[in-house]
Amino acid sequence: MRVTGSQLVAEVLLEHGVDTIFGYPGGTILNLYDTLYEYKDRIRHILSAHEQGAAHAADGYYRATGKTGVVFATSGPGATNLVTGIATAFMDSIPMIAITCNVPDPLIGRDAFQEVSITNITLPITKHTYFVNHIENLADAIRNAFRIANSGRKGPVLIDITKDVTADTINYKPGKPLPLDPKPAFSAESIRKVASMINAAEKPVIYCGGGVPSSGAAPELLELMEKADIPATYTLMAAGIIGYDNPRTLGMLGMHGSIAANKAIDRSDLIIAIGARFSDRVALNPNKWGKRAQKVQIDIDTSEINKNVLVDFGVTADAKEFLQALLPHIKEKNHTDWVAQATSWKNTTGDIKEGDAMIHPSEIIGAICDNTDKETIYVTDVGQHQMWTAQYLRHDKTNKFLTSGGLGTMGYGYGAAIGAQIGCPDCRVIHITGDGSFHMNLNEACTAVSQNLPIITVIMNNRVLGMVYQWQTTFYGKRYSATSPERKTDFPKLIEAFGGKGFSADTPQEFEEAFKQALKEDGPVWIDCHISPDERVLPMIPGGGTLEDMIIG
Amino acid sequence: MDNTTMRKEVISILVDNQSNVLTRVSSLFGRRGFNIDSLTVSATNDPNLSRITIVFQGTEQSLHQILTQTAKLEVVKQISPLDKRNSIYRELLLIKLRADKTERSAIHEIVEIFRGKIDDLSRTSMIVELTGTSEKIDGFMDIISCYDILEVCRTGITGISRVDEPLITDTKKE
Repeated sequence: MRVTGSQLVAEVLLEHGVDTIFGYPGGTILNLYDTLYEYKDRIRHILSAHEQGAAHAADGYYRATGKTGVVFATSGPGATNLVTGIATAFMDSIPMIAITCNVPDPLIGRDAFQEVSITNITLPITKHTYFVNHIENLADAIRNAFRIANSGRKGPVLIDITKDVTADTINYKPGKPLPLDPKPAFSAESIRKVASMINAAEKPVIYCGGGVPSSGAAPELLELMEKADIPATYTLMAAGIIGYDNPRTLGMLGMHGSIAANKAIDRSDLIIAIGARFSDRVALNPNKWGKRAQKVQIDIDTSEINKNVLVDFGVTADAKEFLQALLPHIKEKNHTDWVAQATSWKNTTGDIKEGDAMIHPSEIIGAICDNTDKETIYVTDVGQHQMWTAQYLRHDKTNKFLTSGGLGTMGYGYGAAIGAQIGCPDCRVIHITGDGSFHMNLNEACTAVSQNLPIITVIMNNRVLGMVYQWQTTFYGKRYSATSPERKTDFPKLIEAFGGKGFSADTPQEFEEAFKQALKEDGPVWIDCHISPDERVLPMIPGGGTLEDMIIG
Repeated sequence: MDNTTMRKEVISILVDNQSNVLTRVSSLFGRRGFNIDSLTVSATNDPNLSRITIVFQGTEQSLHQILTQTAKLEVVKQISPLDKRNSIYRELLLIKLRADKTERSAIHEIVEIFRGKIDDLSRTSMIVELTGTSEKIDGFMDIISCYDILEVCRTGITGISRVDEPLITDTKKE
């Protein structure tokens, strides 16, 4: 079948089961959009307000559905607007296919209108990039992009196609998705070694990260926790895989982690790191972190072994495959005293309430949990509200928690919530944000309205850039440089202007009423919650610090 | 894993012979902060592959980082350190020296000892070519530095394994 380059893109995307694309049209990508017109019964295109929103939507779509998100953008500014979204996906190991079109090949390198070398710009934030200026290479590039994005440690791949290629023609030979690269092989010896370390430990603790949800290893993880009676803590990227009511959960660890989690790491004699990379927000002081413990690390990416913290034993393996092989070698055991001790540290602080506002973050999150079901998808932006959500949300292993962990992208939330709601139309999507983050990309409200998405946005509005403000309070002698912008944004009025519904809340009662009302709406709703700027995220261990430096109240 | 002792390693990398490969590899070194002494790119007997040879200084931990991070690049087919005992390393030096008739024969004598070659001669200068290990070239440079050096070009190391079966292991698919 003779097809154009644009039709070839559509056909190869269909081969991979793609039925949804996020994007924004423009000059060089016109041919591809003309083809989308022709394929509109099979491929749905979601137009964003800004390409960054489209990239975050493709990311949120994957995190909610497990299907690789695809984003389209035109050359030049269209392509550069994707950069933050691609970098966010890269840092959190989220597969994504970004397709951009560039100026026609004869104009490449001549500073043509809207020309930019996006393959070079995105080199450090992608697993791979393809520059396609010959139609013969196009189908292979797209098929390989899907293979690379989903093999091993996942991540984004960008394909830049010159405009002439999208108009050129070729014979299309239908194909199938390429098999993924084989997962790393591990030895029987490594299984025995890890099993013997776990079987011998008296105060073991599991520290799990994004590699666990990524490989679908949550059931094996829970089995290991139960069989060997091991308490577990998780990073932001693994929040939600262990139910909040699990008797062995210690909550999140690290800078804003729970006392229990950080203390257990400090007192433990064996730390079992699964799909986690000892980031500087977790192992704040890599030389003193978990100093009493032997450390085992299981990660699919060899380069993560010994990268940040030196471990006693490292295995390169897929978390699920390794845990499946490991479990039969694990002895049933009771660490009754150790588990009791570690979990008792959990309740040493209650919900923290600071400032003179009548509503507190813990009450907002509590009310959200009281009024949503277990299939709910929670999405955050970045900052104080993100940490409060991670801390107070009653994570259940059936719900989903979407957040920008590695890159810490303010403005991630609304685009990601849109992607999640598009991918899971029957799930409730709750977007929890702060007034700082939300001001960055709230323009995507127009997308939520035009797609009629019932996303509920809860704004923890403290009228300051809270996380930076908190650091200035604690470490900079209350010198509030550029964190109190005196904005007068009326959020309920603003969403009304976009065509959605708005509420505001000054008390827990008002919030609960507004939230219940919001659940009945068909389109997007914003709830503006007036919290105090003096509310801090606690506990907190300053960067580079240890357990001894923890600020509790 | 040793995190303190510094060591020097020659690393051999087989990469796809396509445009932008060098950018991909060198940009990785730059952004990960790897310390590279030299880097050479050369053709191989397979037109689809090129060889990159780098000389790297660092700890065992940083060596592991450079090997595993580089192996993750899609264009990298094989990567491994070259075993010192079983490999041959060579470097090429071109050096231009100020030399009038009073100095010529003395310089010529040194060049002979190092089995170098005089490639060009003018009334006031000469160009010397020398191939060898980096240590040999360092030795030559040390002695020749008492003369007036006008320009120096060193290629950096390229290396090859002595044994028939390459010692290079494919770290990519392990």
